[in-house]
Amino acid sequence: MSTDTSDAVSATGSPNAKMTARDVSVFYGDKQAINSVSIDVDRDNVTAFIGPSGCGKSTFLRTLNRMNDTIPSARVEGEIKLDGEDIYASAMDVVQLRARVGMVFQKPNPFPKSIYDNVAYGPKIHGLADNKGEMDTIVERSLKRAGLWEEVKDRLTDSGTALSGGQQQRLCIARAIAVDPEVILMDEPCSALDPIATAKIEELIHELRGRYAIVIVTHNMQQAARVSQRTAFFHLGTLVEYGLTTDIFTNPRETRTKDYITGRYG
Amino acid sequence: MTISGPALLFLVLGLGLVGWLTGRARARAFATSQGRQALHSLPSYHGWYVALWAIVPPLVFLAVWTALSPGLVTEAVLSTPAAQGLPADGFSRSAILGEARSIALGQLDAGFNPQAQAFVAPYREAMAHYSMLGAVAALLLLFAGWAFGYTRLKANFRARTRVERVVMALLLIASLIAILTTIGIVLSLVFESARFFGMVSPIAFLTGTNWNPSSGNVDPDLFGAIPLFWGTILIGAIIAMLVAIPLGLMSAIYLTQYAHSNVRAWMKPILEILAGVPTVVYGYFAALTVAPALRDFAVMIGIPQASSESAMAAGIVMGVMIIPFVSSMADDSINAVPQSMRDGSLAMGSTKSETIKQVILPAALPGVVGGVLLAVSRAIGETMIVVMAAGLSANMTANPFASVTTVTAQIVKLLTGDQEFDSAKTLAAFALGLVLFIVTLLLNIVALRVVKKYREAYE
Ligand SMILES: Nc1ncnc2c1ncn2[C@@H]1O[C@H](COP(=O)(O)OP(=O)(O)O)[C@@H](O)[C@H]1O
Ligand SMILES: [Mg+2]
Repeated sequence: MSTDTSDAVSATGSPNAKMTARDVSVFYGDKQAINSVSIDVDRDNVTAFIGPSGCGKSTFLRTLNRMNDTIPSARVEGEIKLDGEDIYASAMDVVQLRARVGMVFQKPNPFPKSIYDNVAYGPKIHGLADNKGEMDTIVERSLKRAGLWEEVKDRLTDSGTALSGGQQQRLCIARAIAVDPEVILMDEPCSALDPIATAKIEELIHELRGRYAIVIVTHNMQQAARVSQRTAFFHLGTLVEYGLTTDIFTNPRETRTKDYITGRYG
Repeated sequence: MTISGPALLFLVLGLGLVGWLTGRARARAFATSQGRQALHSLPSYHGWYVALWAIVPPLVFLAVWTALSPGLVTEAVLSTPAAQGLPADGFSRSAILGEARSIALGQLDAGFNPQAQAFVAPYREAMAHYSMLGAVAALLLLFAGWAFGYTRLKANFRARTRVERVVMALLLIASLIAILTTIGIVLSLVFESARFFGMVSPIAFLTGTNWNPSSGNVDPDLFGAIPLFWGTILIGAIIAMLVAIPLGLMSAIYLTQYAHSNVRAWMKPILEILAGVPTVVYGYFAALTVAPALRDFAVMIGIPQASSESAMAAGIVMGVMIIPFVSSMADDSINAVPQSMRDGSLAMGSTKSETIKQVILPAALPGVVGGVLLAVSRAIGETMIVVMAAGLSANMTANPFASVTTVTAQIVKLLTGDQEFDSAKTLAAFALGLVLFIVTLLLNIVALRVVKKYREAYE
């Protein structure tokens, strides 16, 4: 599955690309947050976005499932394709898009519903289950994939908000998985968690790799090195460098990348 | 020589200012002789310390004196030889004395009662005497206080600490006044209600279904308040809420989720202004516009007992009045639902209205319920609209087009007009007030708890 052995990855033009972004710029009102970023997101690998806080990682990530649409002042220019389909085209249904490109947020945000209903939420609104039995299957499968099933199978009716922070985050991952997406975007999914919960999530990301294209934003460089095969370094709204994670961390081409990785700033 | 009240007050405050200046001057003198560092507090604090000592005791004394001196004056007048000729009957006696007092104060030109004239001079004399006495005592207190404060000043005297303490005490007293007043009101309610329940048993009052109180009659069968409670619930808790909850909630959802910020900027203030419209204006609207229209409508569709004073008219208008209240409470709770939860739902691909229905409203529900309970407690305490539009006949009916009455409307009815304040009929008003007070208090407590718990859940 892995393409780690290929010599180098260029930012664009990979045949294995799930999503492709070309010359994407994002503005909040008059302020430009992303400046002409082009990048391919690989379908079989985990891609990490790193960079100092405020450099636009979240902003760019949110363009990939059009979550920026929910911010009135935000405006996106350029072209983003999912399997060759322009996601900003008027023919694209944003509801469908978000079912195909799921998202996990920085702070665990389970709904104030039972664990079962949290996971069933997506399948319900997208009409993925015809009866209770099918829904049970989806919920169980999603919770298993998210590594949460053993911990919650006896209390599916408890409120999702009653779980621990790490369990809540895995519940959110299960919720995203439940609609069987093609891409999962994760925006600093571990920044609110303790080290043990973080390790669990990282392990989970390893297991999910290959089944879903995964993009993870992190400001923890060890984490990027541990979980990803591709790393993109953002700085001041531009994509400075993109390549194999091993190359970025051992042999960066750009001095800015090197400075960041060696902790000179950030 | 007499000195008028306001003049005395100004004199006291003026001397207080002098006290302030002397205190500050003394502190400055310390600073020049012993160095600025020796001074614990700024000179102005020394000034305040002396000024407070100078003015607070005489002001307190004057407040007490103003309350006491009329009694002392009357005593003095009654001990004059002229008082021998007063009639024994207390009523005409106090009428004569009151008249004489008014003439003496210059509020009346001549007495209606010829006997009063004889007491004018004694009154003048006694009042002059006591006001003089009071003024002298106040000024003596002022000087004593000033001297005490002034002599205590030293360079290292902690004037600031003491002044701060006085400021705190003043603020405490100010906040206690509201609480004490409430306690006083409750006590008077309880006391008068106890008198009522001495005549009519609480059981008969709370469970009886016939309400027809008349003066001089303490037949418990006439004091059954159930029809009033029912009318109150029908109007305030059922009809008004059927109007206010959906409309208030929907307007809150529109304002928080859909409205462009420009629309929100002018619509929210307008809703808030609606909340400030005097209830009597709503009462007019209910009685003159809504009630007749509803009656015509009810007659047209053949509802029996349709009246131009109806539960429906009062309830609908009351509901409209409560809309801004419900809407602003719901607005707050919806805004308190974290943005992250909304994002989570949108990122799952749900539409805006699915997100609202499935995630935002369930999350905001406890806050909304709390707001609705507060709204109910307001609605059942509302008086003007029901007095004007609901009627005064105590009917036990579920027909919303018939006339019903409420607790508040009956309180108004029982207490207006010339009444002796010790008949069962008037005392019943206090018992009704007590019931209303207890119910709204409980509603408020529960509502505030719910809201508070909900707030904690998202912090
Ligand atoms: N909703 C918004 N409105 C206006 N500016 C925003 C908004 N969100 C982010 N920004 C700005 O865009 C820039 C990039 O932010 P962000 O994407 O959150 O960075 P990162 O995730 O890398 O820390 C920052 O300067 C930030 O202030
Ligand atoms: Mg971010």
